[in-house]
Amino acid sequence: MSYLDDKTPIPGTIMFDGTMSRKGYGLNKMCYSLNDQAARDEFASDEMAYCEKYGLTSGQKTAIKDRDIIGLLEQGGSIYFLAKFAGGLGLNMQDIGALQTGLSLEEFKEKLVRAGD
Amino acid sequence: MAKIIGGIGSSHIPAIGMAIARKIQKTPYWKSFFDGFPPIHEWLASEQPDIAIVFYNDHGLEFFLDKKPTFAIGAAAEYISYDEGWGIDTIPPVIGDEDLSWHICNELVEDEFDITICQELGIDHGLTVPMQLMWPGNTYGHMKVIPVVINCEQHPMPSPKRCFDLGRSIGKAVESYQKDLKVVVLGTGGLSHQLDGQRAGLINKEFDLMCMDKLVNQPQALLEYSIRDLTEIAGAQGVELNMWLAMRGTLTGQVTELHRNYHIPISNTGAGTMLLSNV
Repeated sequence: MSYLDDKTPIPGTIMFDGTMSRKGYGLNKMCYSLNDQAARDEFASDEMAYCEKYGLTSGQKTAIKDRDIIGLLEQGGSIYFLAKFAGGLGLNMQDIGALQTGLSLEEFKEKLVRAGD
Repeated sequence: MAKIIGGIGSSHIPAIGMAIARKIQKTPYWKSFFDGFPPIHEWLASEQPDIAIVFYNDHGLEFFLDKKPTFAIGAAAEYISYDEGWGIDTIPPVIGDEDLSWHICNELVEDEFDITICQELGIDHGLTVPMQLMWPGNTYGHMKVIPVVINCEQHPMPSPKRCFDLGRSIGKAVESYQKDLKVVVLGTGGLSHQLDGQRAGLINKEFDLMCMDKLVNQPQALLEYSIRDLTEIAGAQGVELNMWLAMRGTLTGQVTELHRNYHIPISNTGAGTMLLSNV
């Protein structure tokens, strides 16, 4: 039996398994391409045209447009590939953390510091 | 004969590479983290290892989801650090040891670890940040490196026990190699953190400290956890403990803790640093 057979949700956590990986394949492939500067330039010049090339769904395109990280995760995005999209927008992991938790950046950083108490 | 002289546990957070590039190691945010490294530098300088085996995970540089090996090993003459898409500096090429890599591969497959063998392998921050931490100023030119990649990005992921056993098997392979070489093993990543989801920012200090305690001489106690357990307790990226367990698995002699440091937070993470000798 696989540990993935336990379907009890872990709060605030999406297990990036085969279901999510299939759902997000095009989205993640688009993000993976952003490892290259030329691709980042092309994405920046026309984001939606670039998304079309990778066959993103309309929901995924909307989430890209809205910088909706949770929406992207729910639609199969992997955080490792989304980091390449977000990084290109100048967002680091703490910015992304704040966006996902609905906290301000300062509140999110404070939460991290408190974990050390 | 080759000999594994010790293991090092270290974070590989990208922000560390950014801090090194900006030369802000002594600023208040970073000081207590970087202060954890001089004892390791002194140990490396006195022990003079020839080889570093580095367990890390590839965060979407070399491997996409089209082909995602559970375990992969480098068997190249050199490894190149490439653009990761969001601004971390690359480092000069890292030199490999093809003969030792192939020896390890031969032994691993014989031992039923059917690993993916890579004659080209782009390296990301999972490997480059620890290289910069261990050998500041990229002074690793005298070292030969064998990268070992463990899948931490896509479920299903290998269990802690399996990763420890992989380490065991690599340890045995190294110690059966006929050349006189001193080998240090790095387990990188962790400790507790979660980057994605509404639970982003989770850090579990108590669990991290317990893991560091157990790693020294009771690593078996950590092998009962499943990947789901680690995700729940230590966060979605807390599964990177697997690299520390693989490192610990390679140490088959008398293991002694020489040094440790633990600091919260570095970026979104509980950052552990640990030096173990293996006699």
